[in-house]
Amino acid sequence: MSLYTLESVVQEYGGRRVLEIERFTVEPREILGIVGPSGAGKSTLLRLMAFVEPATGGEISFGGEAARGPETPLELRRRVTMVFQRPVLLHRSVAENVAFGLRVRGEADARRKVDAALAQVGLTELAGKGAAKLSGGEAQRAALARALVLDPDVLLLDEPTANLDPYNVGLIEAIVREQNAARGTTVVLVTHNVFQAKRLATRAGLLLGGRLVELAPNDEFFESPKDQRTAAFVRGEMVY
Amino acid sequence: MIDDLLPIILLSLRVSGTALAISAVIGIPLGAWLGLQRGRWQALAATILYTGMGLPPVVVGLAVYLLLSRSGPLGGLGWLFTPNAMIAAQVIISLPLVAGLTMTAELSVDPALRQKLTALGATPRQVTATILYEARFGVVVGLIAGFGAAISEVGAVMLVGGNIEGQTRVLTTAIVLLTRQGLFEAALILGAILLALTFVANLIVARWQWGDVMSET
Repeated sequence: MSLYTLESVVQEYGGRRVLEIERFTVEPREILGIVGPSGAGKSTLLRLMAFVEPATGGEISFGGEAARGPETPLELRRRVTMVFQRPVLLHRSVAENVAFGLRVRGEADARRKVDAALAQVGLTELAGKGAAKLSGGEAQRAALARALVLDPDVLLLDEPTANLDPYNVGLIEAIVREQNAARGTTVVLVTHNVFQAKRLATRAGLLLGGRLVELAPNDEFFESPKDQRTAAFVRGEMVY
Repeated sequence: MIDDLLPIILLSLRVSGTALAISAVIGIPLGAWLGLQRGRWQALAATILYTGMGLPPVVVGLAVYLLLSRSGPLGGLGWLFTPNAMIAAQVIISLPLVAGLTMTAELSVDPALRQKLTALGATPRQVTATILYEARFGVVVGLIAGFGAAISEVGAVMLVGGNIEGQTRVLTTAIVLLTRQGLFEAALILGAILLALTFVANLIVARWQWGDVMSET
């Protein structure tokens, strides 16, 4: 059974349609890469899948149960977490930021899990430091640790390495790969970086103008795409 | 001298402290709620609150006086010329400051934070509490401003309290009386005490606030 199923999902803001998905599924334990230019609706799709906003129309089911944005049952919502393109950390220490999700779940054994998550992203030394003092790469890794510490079934990543240096990009990609392989975490990654999607994803899709143009296994998507627009996009040509 | 001053100081602290506590209990949740709303009427609510921040104390005193006077709608309470009337007037003066500055502090928190906290599994109540905590410095500024406005105002407490010795005489009304009597030295001493009280209250809060800032760095 698919983990996510989206049927006839539409999202509009102020009457402007930004997303229109006929059918879309996410399978357990895969790394699904969604590529597309800026404004294609990639982040909107992830926000719907993270249940942080309701869809204007259509149906989204997760684990066989109907989801209704923020009204989705809490236990279902908590199986999914999302790392946003711009990490907004709380004005607290790095460790306290990482512990946030555990604390709201009432977890007693937060310390051990926080230490493990910080070690996973290489931020152990900065645990007690104020989050406001972190560099861009460190802040994004802290945001990733804040998600990983929850050991979610699904990790949604919205341009997680945008504007980061190659060292941090490599580090984050390695962490995502490890999380998927070792914990079986399903990952949905949206990025405008086709090379990153090619490196990480097991299946990939192209989103253009809010519509899903093509969705295929990684090899097929990048080596022999069916749609001309996909072929043009993976070649690095601008497509709108 | 100190025997005469102590009841005045204690009453000042009791009246303004109680007014601030009531303003905090009502104003912080109200400001927090308004800060999270995204409707057209939010601008209207903000305008009303900001107007409330500039309410002339003497006008507040007059309104409370008319409400509490024997022929007024709340005359049955029998509060006029009692500390309760002074507290009521000071609540009206400090509440808009506490609520307005709480709302402003919340509006200054990154609007994307709400979605990010929701995505981490927080309930709506946990999201609101966290955002309010993020805005804590602004909320504290609101409390300081509310306390400062309450303890330093004279027009309202003079009108509704009556400056009755041993009953409703507070620092500000005592200063007015002493000045009228030409006892400038005593008035200045009371002024210094009033200033010192405000300074100490601000110092306690500033030390906490600064300690919090330093712990983040």
